[in-house]
Formats: sequence, C-alpha cells, structure tokens
Amino acid sequence: MKLVYTDVLVVGGGLAGLRTAVGVKRRGLDTLILSLVPPKRSHSVAAQGGMQASLGNFVKGSGDNEDVHFADTVRGSDWGCDQLVARMFCHMSPKAVRELDAWGVAWNRVSQGEHKAVIHGEQVTLENPAAAHGLITARDFGGTRKWRTCYTSDGTGHAMLYTVSDRVIAEQIPVHERKEAMALIHDGERCHGAVVRDLITGELSVYLAKATVMATGGYGRIYGVSTNAIINEGIGQAITLETGVAQLANLEAVQFHPTAIVPAGILVTEGCRGDGGLLRDVDGHRFMPDYEPEKAELASRDVVSRRMAEHMRKGKGVAGRFGDHLWLDITVLGKEHIDHNLREVKDICQYFLGIDPAQDYIPVRPTQHYSMGGIRTDYRGESPDLRGLFACGEVACWDMHGFNRLGGNSVAETVVSGMLVAEYVADFCLSADGDIELSTALASDFLKREQTSLDQLLARKSDQNPVELRNRMEQVMMDKVGLFRNQADLESAVAELTKLLQLSAQVGVHGGHPAANPELVLAYRLPRMLKVALGVAMGALARTESRGAHFREDHPERNDRDWLKRSLYRWQEPQDSQPKLDYEPLDVSAMELPPGFRGYGAKNIVEHPGTAARQQQVDAIEGSDRIELQDKRMPFLHLLPEKYRGANQRQDGEA
Amino acid sequence: MGRTLVFNIFRHSPADPDSTPRMQRFELEESDGMTLFIALNLIRDEYDPRLSFDFVCRAGVCGSCAMVINGRPGLACRTLTEQLPGEITLLPLPNFEHIADLSVNTGRWMRDLSERLETWAHLDHEPDVDAIERRLEPELAEQIYELDRCIECGCCVAACGTAHMREDFIGAVGINKIARFRADPRDARSEAEYYRVIGDDDGVFGCMTLLGCQDVCPKQLSLQTQIAFIRRKMARAGCCSLK
Repeated sequence: MKLVYTDVLVVGGGLAGLRTAVGVKRRGLDTLILSLVPPKRSHSVAAQGGMQASLGNFVKGSGDNEDVHFADTVRGSDWGCDQLVARMFCHMSPKAVRELDAWGVAWNRVSQGEHKAVIHGEQVTLENPAAAHGLITARDFGGTRKWRTCYTSDGTGHAMLYTVSDRVIAEQIPVHERKEAMALIHDGERCHGAVVRDLITGELSVYLAKATVMATGGYGRIYGVSTNAIINEGIGQAITLETGVAQLANLEAVQFHPTAIVPAGILVTEGCRGDGGLLRDVDGHRFMPDYEPEKAELASRDVVSRRMAEHMRKGKGVAGRFGDHLWLDITVLGKEHIDHNLREVKDICQYFLGIDPAQDYIPVRPTQHYSMGGIRTDYRGESPDLRGLFACGEVACWDMHGFNRLGGNSVAETVVSGMLVAEYVADFCLSADGDIELSTALASDFLKREQTSLDQLLARKSDQNPVELRNRMEQVMMDKVGLFRNQADLESAVAELTKLLQLSAQVGVHGGHPAANPELVLAYRLPRMLKVALGVAMGALARTESRGAHFREDHPERNDRDWLKRSLYRWQEPQDSQPKLDYEPLDVSAMELPPGFRGYGAKNIVEHPGTAARQQQVDAIEGSDRIELQDKRMPFLHLLPEKYRGANQRQDGEA
Repeated sequence: MGRTLVFNIFRHSPADPDSTPRMQRFELEESDGMTLFIALNLIRDEYDPRLSFDFVCRAGVCGSCAMVINGRPGLACRTLTEQLPGEITLLPLPNFEHIADLSVNTGRWMRDLSERLETWAHLDHEPDVDAIERRLEPELAEQIYELDRCIECGCCVAACGTAHMREDFIGAVGINKIARFRADPRDARSEAEYYRVIGDDDGVFGCMTLLGCQDVCPKQLSLQTQIAFIRRKMARAGCCSLK
C-alpha cells in the first residue's frame, strides 16, 4: 500500500484550496494539495466580473462599508444564510482584496477626474476625487446598493488564481496534479484522510492526515447545460455523503445565471449589466424595468433569471434552433469600454458566436451556474458530524449565500474562507483535538474497498452504457429541477433519479488498462453524481415554499413560519436508495437583520412568529456608532482569528 | 453544412503496455456551431469511450485543451469545425510529457518553469491587510494585467524552434512572465535577480527569434515585443554586471 502522510490534506486546487494551504503552511504545518487538473486550470479561473469588497474608493462606492455589504448579502440570500458567517465574510473581504493586491493581482484602479459610465441606458459622467486616484476601483453588480465589485478587466478569477497559485509555489507547497479523491477514510467519528486515484497511471494510494479540507467546487455538471467547468461534477460532495456520517446541506439551492450564451452555455459576466448593458426581447424592447422598475437588469440574479423565463413564456423570446433566448445588449457601452473592461466577453462572442458585441446583441438565457448547497460546516469550516473534515469554497455550505448568492460574492468567498479555514484548521491540528491515532489497517480497508470496486467495474460484462445514464440524469435535472419547480415534476425526477442510481450500479466498461481510462472514470463517478442529483431533487420536492433561487410554482410564497431552516442530507447505509432528509432551524432570535421583504415583485411572505419580536429588540438597541451598534445586535468579532479582528481602513476615514 | 467530417486522431497510452502509437480515423456529421470540444466528446460518447483529451472550462480561458490542429497548435475548445477543411488531423502538443492520446502534461512543465523563474511577486514585507492598499497608476495596472493574461496553454512552447532543440528552454511563456513581474512595482527583485534566472541560453538568449510563439498565442500576447524588450534589458544587465 502506497501511503503518504501530511498534516493537512487539501482536496482541490482552486482558489479556496490554494489559499487554505498557504495559511496552514505559514502556521508551520505540513500540507499538500490534490488536484484533478493543474491548479491554474481550476474553475476559479472562469470568474470574470469581480470580487465584492467594501473598499468604497470609487465615487459610486462612497459610503460603503461592511454593514451595507452584509445587508445586501443577507437580502440576496432571501434570509436563508447564516448571518454570523455573512458578517465574518463582509469583515474579511477587504482584507482579502488587499492581501491579493500586495501579492500581485493587478486590480483596476480609480482615475481621478471625469469617468464616463452608462446607467439605466443613459450616458452619465461621474467625478472621482484626487484622493482616490490609484486605489482599487469597483464596478456595479446585481443586488447591491453600492458599486463594490473589484475587478481586473473581466479576467478577475484568472488574475486571482494565478497570483494565489504562484504564491503556493513560492511557499514550496506540493500540488499532486491529476489525482482524484475516491473516498474519505474515517472511523465514524474522525476523518483520517483519503483514498486517492492517480488519473494518469490508474493506481490507488492512501493519504493520511490530521485534517482533510475539501475544496472541490460545485455540482453544476449534474445539469445538461451549465456555465461550470466540466470537472464540477459534485464528487467532493458525493464522497462526503458516502461517509454515511458527514452531512450535506441546502442542495436544492441552485443558482441560474441570467446571461449564458446560447447554445454553448458559456457565461458572459454580470459585469456586462453592471457596466450598463441591457436585456432586450424579440421586439428589441428593454423589458426588465417593466417587472422591476427600480433595479431592472441589476436585480438579484434569481429575480432576473425568473423574469427572463417569465417573459419568454409570454412569447417574447427570440425563437432559435436551440430553443428561445433573449438578447444582452452591450453595444450601448461602446467599443473602447468593451476592449478594455469586457475583453473575455468579446473573445467569447467572437469565437463561439461569430459576432462582435460592440455591434451585435448577444443571445443569452438563464443557465445553471452556482451551487449554494454543499458540505455542511460550522463557521470554522468543520463538519459538525465528522471531526477533522473541513470544507471551504463552493463545495461547502458554510452558508453565507443561503438561497441566492450575489454576483461577486463567490470568488470573494473562496479566498476569504481559505484565509479563515486555514487558521481554524491550524488551531485544530496544533491542539490536543488534532492528535490522531492513524491506523494503516483502517486505511487498508478503505483502499481495498475502492480497489475491489474498480476491479469489478473493469471485469463486468454489461450492456448498460454509462453515457446513456449520464445523459438521462442531465435531462431530468434540466427538465424537472430547473428554474421553475412543481410537485409533479419533482416527484417524477426523484423517481427517475432513484431508478438511474440503481442502474448505475450495473454499468460496465469496455475493459482495458485502468491508466488514462475516461470510460472507467465516468463509470465510477456516475453513481456519485446521481446521489447528489437525487439530493437536489428530494430537497426541492420537500421544500414547499419559494426562497431565493428555489422557486415552487405551486408554493410561490416564502414561508418563514415553516421553512426558515436548512435542509440536511445523510446517506445512512451504503445500500440505501436515497439519502435521509433532516432540517436545522435558523435562529430568528439571534439575527442581526430579522427576515424582511427583499423588494422584488409583490410581497408574498408567511411571517415567522419570532420575527416581529426580534425586530423590536433590534430596533431598541442603541449604540454610539455603527461598530458598537452592530456588536450589540450580533457580536461576531470574537469568532475570528485574532490577527483578522482589526478594522478595515478607508480613504474617507470611515473605519 | 451537411459535411461529413473525417478526423484523424493520434492514439497511444504509454502507461498501457499493450498500446502502440497509431492514427485512428473517425467520421462525424458536422452540426451548426460545432467546436472541437463538441466533436471530440461526440466521438468519445458514440465511438470510442477510451479516447483521452483534456477540457476543463471549454470557454477558452483555462488553457487545458491545446493540441495540434491540422499542423497548428491551438485551443480545441474554441475552434469551430466550420473554419477547418473536411479532414481534420489532431495530434498532442509536442515538447511536453505525453499522457495519452491528445492529453499532455503541461501542468508539470509549467510548475517547473515557475519554480525556476520564481514567478511570484517577491515582497519587501508581508502586507498589513487592514491598511489602505498601495496606490498604482491605473494605466500601469492595466499594463500588468495585459502581461498577466497568459493561460499557460503551451501553444508557444509547441510552436517554438528553440524548444524543439533545447529541452530546458523557457519559451515565450517564461520570457513573458519575467516581463510581467519586472513591470510590477510590487515585485522587489533587482535587474540582476531577473538576469540570474533568465540570462542564459536556456533563457532569453536562447531565443532564435523564429516567433512561432507570436503566431499561435491564443491570447494574442505581444510576445515578439516582450522577447525583444527583455533581451535588451538583460543584455544591458549582463554587461553592467561585468564592469
């Protein structure tokens, strides 16, 4: 048995995993990163438009601070998030941007003087003071009250990922590339590491560690069309579920981005609309103000996506070979702006659509984009059920996004959670809790189980084709677990996915050598993807309300009375055909911002019985400044590592 | 439309003792807007589930899918078949470790390069993350990003005459990275320190100025300009250090 030991095993080489590894290494721990692909190819690279942080440098961000960012994030989540975690995040995000800046991210800067912009389709001229010149600038994004999204053109994820990945190299942290975690090794209470497969040679080995950090991204690829990279198959969530101990949460919270190109499903950034781009229908009419007069194209993502679908249902879509779509119009921004600030969008339009976005409208429609749900963790990033197992980034349900994530908050979450979880993991490893009696017998059992399962797959003669099952899963998710959901469709989806999961146990591959064998890879990943897909469908069926991105046509109201709670999933026994659903209530009496109306469409909320009382309590609290007021309403600073408790400085003197 | 495309694809899996290198022919009906990403996945789904290739973002930003397309290195994901003749030959990128079929190990190559050239900002001191960030001229930030847009796809190395002759040559990707950090005031390295990592025949002085790199770079980076610029600066740095 080939065995590797490290203190902290990081699974996943995107921004969250890389930043975690840097943090634990700096605490004197040994760490290594497993990655399916070279880390600079990770899906983090696809983040285009930017990262939210309340620096307040640009004139339209003036007056911004953590409080405003926090309120936007909680409203965006439709009150489904963990407010303590959202608070920690908003406090950390400026620090993360500034750290990345020092490390080399070339954030776009504020220029003093006149700045031409397009707002609500009108050319306007803004004026930046000399005091802000050369500081990090920001653009507008959906669902925010300030221009808060820091960016490098529309290649923000690229710039961030390269900088952090190079930092990992600078700190001499090994990355074991083209390696896949196949199973988490555990004794029912404590995680011991993972069984790992080499995707080049096909060999299995064992990695043992005091702490294992999952940072493997989302599960978008259970859908047939997704903006996600093709490696985002939810395998990290699935192997966590397969422990039978650790739980996943809120899987039904799946975000659909308003503007992916048709038919390829490639994202064009929210920055297009943030910078002034408009949505138009078959008649060329700008329709969003008809539905959402105030925020229009810059309402929350879930709202814009639903309004687009609603408008297409009224026959206002543009018919095409690949179904209906709408137009994204950025011609209003002009060629120079596009050449500087939306150059990836320009490339995508040129190469995949053969159009010039300075001249032509872009065909778009809402497309699966982000997984709010994932591995349930506490605010420290640790699974409450399996000690020594941590998670951060999109794979986790750390729960700062609740049921709808704001644009610019996910790439921010990757680095912020990496910075924080690194400290909590290090604290854990350096304390008595971190001590572990590692058992090679236990590791060997897990290794044998995986090896046997792979050997059986390679030896099995079967006509059951894994490609066919994967295609059926993708179609069920597209047709029945999409933007608009209802009981009948979801029941049928659950039944069909349950059946597909049974069939997936019978797939065969065409044999051959296990090395570099994509058919074998699909065959062993398929049941895992199906387990996650089943969780999404079951959670959506059970949740008889509409919250954020989860919209039930048969239950259009947000029901705080019965559903202000997090869905939890555990796969109790390996032979079970479905996960067991459970719930964890959100505590209204501890909320800094009690549940309210987001301000989109007509108000349709069943109130929680505790909301009014908590609102009165919050309103009655007095403080000499916003810091004190916040601290009295919902103290959170004590939860942060000491070195990150400092106030964020701003050029207007606001701290 | 209505073409039947003929694909000739290089097949070989070095880790499999039974595998021998060969070309394999597939036929596929062309469809509207078909890219090589779509075509290769169809071939794998319908004809040969063992066909190996690397796609990640399939949107032209991650650099995974570089291969030799009818003799020219390029990104397969954003290559439309309508821009190619009816017969398409696909080979793995040369100059990199071969994994299987169209898959090569650019990751290891690029990590080695980063370690050699120390492609990170060498900091004076760790930042105070509470403090207001250092000011940077807006134009300079844009210039750094322009040089930072390299996606490490390996096309420039595959198209490089020097790299074919000299195994340890850093390629245009390496020279451009030095240009990127040299332009960045946050990297505290001196000219002599840059010279130390690229001032030899495996570095900027090995380049024969054939400029295949410039022709094939999918991000249209100004590689020709950067090579000339860094060579001049390093020649001066080298001469100065001799005095």
